[in-house]
Amino acid sequence: MEYQVEENCLTIYLPKELDHHTTEEIRRETDRQIDRNHIKYVIFDFGETNFMDSSGIGVIMGRYRKLHLTGGEVWAAHLNERMKKILKMSGVTKIVRIYEEETK
Amino acid sequence: MNRNTNEMEIIFDSCSENEGFARVAVAAFLTQLNPTIEEVADVKTAVSEAVTNAIIHGYENEVHKISILCCTEGKTLEIAVKDNGRGIEDIEKAMQPMFTTKPELERSGMGFAFMEAFMDGLEVESAPGQGTTVKMKKIIGKGRAGWTIQPN
Repeated sequence: MEYQVEENCLTIYLPKELDHHTTEEIRRETDRQIDRNHIKYVIFDFGETNFMDSSGIGVIMGRYRKLHLTGGEVWAAHLNERMKKILKMSGVTKIVRIYEEETK
Repeated sequence: MNRNTNEMEIIFDSCSENEGFARVAVAAFLTQLNPTIEEVADVKTAVSEAVTNAIIHGYENEVHKISILCCTEGKTLEIAVKDNGRGIEDIEKAMQPMFTTKPELERSGMGFAFMEAFMDGLEVESAPGQGTTVKMKKIIGKGRAGWTIQPN
């Protein structure tokens, strides 16, 4: 997992598999970075991720709740079709912005 | 002899490291039914949800045993994920999308909804203090008969 801070924007490069086990650490570290660096924008980068379950949805919704209070935003980037489907099914696409880009 | 059925069972500790192991083990067993990548992904997500529920809600992060029994018959895979944890008081309520008893852990409440959406059958057997068994079914190759040449 890698975290990158640029001004008030935090990018989290997610692991291959996003489940209950891996989200525990992401939640802790992301919140620490948000508080320490006055983060307003969080980008979840799914470039390496090919598995996600509802624990991943939980961590995204949780960060949205945290940032929303201060007018921040949550973005999801580099989603494959499966990840897009899971985000859509869970309704998260209503609160999270999807960043589309030409493939790397 | 050409058998039409097959079975496997795994028993493992209810620690979060085993969530990945459990879904990959079931996926590996499933490959003999010649599933699509999509079907494998559906089953992996559903198994992950059931095992995570057993760890967080069934055993509340104490380490005990979880068992998964997988049976195939023809093109149907049946999975039973079983814990001997605290059980569910109101199954109907637990299965409602967005409902969770653990919002403080940021559970999305989508676990059962995902199992239902990705599988072809879902049954939950549980009572307080009696543990929980989640039974799921997936029919492999649904609507795909026309795609490939069938063996005689």
